[in-house]
Amino acid sequence: MSKAREVLLNPIFNDNPIALQILGICSALAVTTNLYPTLLMCLALTSVLCLSNLFVSIIRNHIPTNVRMIVQITLIASLVVLVDEVLKAYDYETSKTIGVFVALIVTNCIVMGRAEAYAMQNGPWLSFLDGLGNGLGYSLILIIVATIRELFGSGTLFGYEILILTQNGGWYLGNNYMVLSSSSFILIGLFIWFLRSWKVEQIEEPEFQVARNNLETKEAGTRV
Amino acid sequence: MFEYYLNLFITAVFVENIALAYFLGMCTFLAISKNVKAAGGLGMAVIAVLTITVPINNFIYMNFLKPGALAWMGIPNSDLEFVGLITYIGIIAAVIQILEMLLDKYVPALYNALGSFLPLITVNCAILGASLFMVERSYTFTESIVYGFGAGAGWALAILALAGVRERLKYADIPEGLQGLGITFITVGLMCFAFMSFGGIIL
Repeated sequence: MSKAREVLLNPIFNDNPIALQILGICSALAVTTNLYPTLLMCLALTSVLCLSNLFVSIIRNHIPTNVRMIVQITLIASLVVLVDEVLKAYDYETSKTIGVFVALIVTNCIVMGRAEAYAMQNGPWLSFLDGLGNGLGYSLILIIVATIRELFGSGTLFGYEILILTQNGGWYLGNNYMVLSSSSFILIGLFIWFLRSWKVEQIEEPEFQVARNNLETKEAGTRV
Repeated sequence: MFEYYLNLFITAVFVENIALAYFLGMCTFLAISKNVKAAGGLGMAVIAVLTITVPINNFIYMNFLKPGALAWMGIPNSDLEFVGLITYIGIIAAVIQILEMLLDKYVPALYNALGSFLPLITVNCAILGASLFMVERSYTFTESIVYGFGAGAGWALAILALAGVRERLKYADIPEGLQGLGITFITVGLMCFAFMSFGGIIL
């Protein structure tokens, strides 16, 4: 695998920002009720992430180390304002519902984290790809969660009816828990379980080993 | 009057808990909740920073950024809301930096307890989120002090509760893939569900 390919594809499953790095979780939860705003949010985050990585990487040799945080955050904030204005111009209705969360991309730790951890050490092209890869890894989880929540919560996808709800004369009784934001925690938790059963090397070591209740050792009079 | 502020405070702590109802500051919430001591330090730091930054941002918004706010300067048609975001985050970063230096100089004991958490808080979305909510709900200056303190207290309460649960969880036999982050997510999901029962409390 070439370096660029690795940088682009690694964050999707092997080093997922949400499932492994614990970055950028805040927005992942609140916007995922419906698929359409989620897609817009993913688009907004990915574009901010790519551009901020690119620009931070371009000026990385000119930033004094002790003020680098402020420089990075100003750069990111300017990009977010830009994305926010574009979103308001093209889709004002949706921008009102996810507006606060778009604004909060400024403090989304994926953006700061990648700028600090990757873009400060690497060239512009690789940093751009790293931004794109992490954006895709983030989008993957958000889209999966949003699909499940919208489909089982309100029986629709992108607003089109798939499972017809009983109140509309259909057969499907909507799962109200899926409409609540706290369900996305459970879904992400289950996704992590699924991902780690597949990529076994991501399993965390337990801090405390539970002693086995083993009959044979008890009979032999020894304790484990 | 006092009742009104008490109600605002209780709402900010329980009903609109910034961590468990709005999911802000989740990254640090999940990452630094392995033991109660660290969680307590972080909670204190968040309370301090929120109580200071929300009123300051409120002052700036009311006197400089709000549409028509620059009338005292002779510019009645101004609307600087679009630079709000950069201003708030700049002020937050500056306040945290100043707080860190002041604590280091005058209260070294507190600095040692909070020190390592303060830089982390700059990128904590709970802090910026509280300022944005303050603007959205157009709180007055006094209200913003109460709200800032209440939001901080709510966040601290939530992270202490989660840290308490996680300390116990260490001794549980959890399926391999769920260990660590996975089970934490599910725990937080259940905690959010529990906190929803506060919904609708009005004093």
